[in-house]
Amino acid sequence: MSRALIAQGPRGSDGDSPGARVDMGVDLAGLALPSPILTASGCAAAGRELDTFVDITTLGAVVTKSIMMRPRAGRATPRMSETPSGMLNSIGLQGPGVESFIENDLSWLVQRGARTIVSIAGESVDEYAKLAAKLKRVEGISAIEVNISCPNVADRGQVFACRPESAAQVIQAVRRGSDSRTPIFAKLSPDVTDIVEIADSVIKAGATGLSLINTLLGMVIDTTTMRPALAGVTGGLSGPAIRPVAVRCVWQVRAAFPKVPIIGMGGIRSGADAMEFILAGADAVSVGTSVFNDPSAPARIHRELADLVAGGGFTRLADIVGRAHREPEPIVLDEPTELDDWDFITEERP
Amino acid sequence: MAEQVKSEILDNRRAGDYHVLSLTAPGIAEVAKPGHFITLSMGGDETSMVLRRAFAIHQVQSRGVYGGTLDIAVSVQGRGTEWLAGRRRHDVVDLVGPLGKPFALPKQGVSCVLVGGGYGSAPLFMLAQELRDRGCRVDMVIGAATESRLFGVLELKRLASALTITTDDGSAGVQGRVTDVLDDALDRAGADVVYACGPMPMLSEVARIATKRRVFSQCAVEEAMACGIGVCMTCVLPVIGDDGITRMVRSCVEGPVFRGDRVRWADVHTIPDDAWGAPGNDDRGVGR
Repeated sequence: MSRALIAQGPRGSDGDSPGARVDMGVDLAGLALPSPILTASGCAAAGRELDTFVDITTLGAVVTKSIMMRPRAGRATPRMSETPSGMLNSIGLQGPGVESFIENDLSWLVQRGARTIVSIAGESVDEYAKLAAKLKRVEGISAIEVNISCPNVADRGQVFACRPESAAQVIQAVRRGSDSRTPIFAKLSPDVTDIVEIADSVIKAGATGLSLINTLLGMVIDTTTMRPALAGVTGGLSGPAIRPVAVRCVWQVRAAFPKVPIIGMGGIRSGADAMEFILAGADAVSVGTSVFNDPSAPARIHRELADLVAGGGFTRLADIVGRAHREPEPIVLDEPTELDDWDFITEERP
Repeated sequence: MAEQVKSEILDNRRAGDYHVLSLTAPGIAEVAKPGHFITLSMGGDETSMVLRRAFAIHQVQSRGVYGGTLDIAVSVQGRGTEWLAGRRRHDVVDLVGPLGKPFALPKQGVSCVLVGGGYGSAPLFMLAQELRDRGCRVDMVIGAATESRLFGVLELKRLASALTITTDDGSAGVQGRVTDVLDDALDRAGADVVYACGPMPMLSEVARIATKRRVFSQCAVEEAMACGIGVCMTCVLPVIGDDGITRMVRSCVEGPVFRGDRVRWADVHTIPDDAWGAPGNDDRGVGR
């Protein structure tokens, strides 16, 4: 009884809110999703832990933590450092390997009824190809997200997304190895001179869509120990601090490729944040670091976004995708009805 | 099963160098066991602090109109805990719990020694009560750098059959560390089990002493966490499994309580070469 007073649910609206009447469904590369809100790879494991806080079947999809061919222990600790409105991480792709993932994690997600986008990562083009081949034989995968942009690899030269040629090689290998009906999203790094150039190369190589953006490479130094705060020295910066960078990337890529599906991500904490990405041209968005702060954030952000869409006078989320790209409406002034209204202005003529 | 609630702060009081916060936690306090922890978000809705902070549950109560409530001990160590220590009665914080794996409890009334370093003694109060209820003898050893950093001495005197106090500077009890007096305490109690919570070097030494004496040990570790619910893979440490294989396991879900003889204390903060999935460890890395 007292619980209702004290233990309110996450911030947001209830079933009677204006957002409840908005059609929040999206078409993402042919996938009909009931919500534009996805989890972000690496921030929701394989969905099971989060299911305690959010009904994961109501999400657009669960994007799983990047999986590799073999079990991987990841990097030494400390792996994390909080930064202003963000965090730096160097997990180093710790995971159980693809066979265990298929057997234990993917099977659970399928049984649970969650739409699943499987993120894959490899150390070589060949490993990506092998991962694609493994996943081709498995049922229940909505799409594949190809992580070619993890900053936490020992050799920065291995960040495939930093060069158009290597990015294209990976995407081509995954496209060839995958079921042709499975959409593949290339996850790109913002740490490049021109993200549109990289986007162009992966689209030409067969990417169905793009995931924008991965973390930014960053560094924190502990002033007490006078050493880097992370054991891995550098790490990936995420959280609201990177949001304007991410929105800019989505904007630029959407402007260059009006029809390519985009999943936007980078510091989304509220419905308004998600809306920024959608207005910039994202068809769907992933919520990552904010899940660490608020495990029910994906559901809350969905509700907040629905309310904002309704508040803007729209009934379908799809109608605002990319809407920030439209030309500014010309300012129309009412014609003065009587000349007297203008008497106070003395027009000077040359 | 963990829950997320908006928790009201009922009380914020000083205890030596620490703060003790009482929080409403309906549905959480009622099911919390000794060793469980909670997380709180810091700084309010527009905060620049994106990570939650984890706190061991110190005590639980049932307070009529509020339902279940719980206490935590807070040591101000940075911006987040400084913010939290400044909260007042009726402020609201986002609380998730109970989290983690609690202390394993003996089925019979055995002799137990509980070791706490600094405010690491906070979760031992519930544990001591639970063990006494099971007919166990409970002796305690608590230590800190100085007297003001000991936590809960008066209450522990009541809970423990024998209480040994140490301080690094000798301002209270025996000058030295808890591990300096542990052998004597284990002898006196004829201990079957050691429970410990405190800084990692202390836990490492407690586990070493216990294992050397063939005493079962349960250690609650303090590792930096980002999510507290098992999704971020930040708080890992090398632990030997039942199959003898070392894995990098999450202290938030597989812990925070581990068997002292299973944690590879000397290798904490590293990836041991023979760990599951370690670089170059191909025989452990292929398939299964």
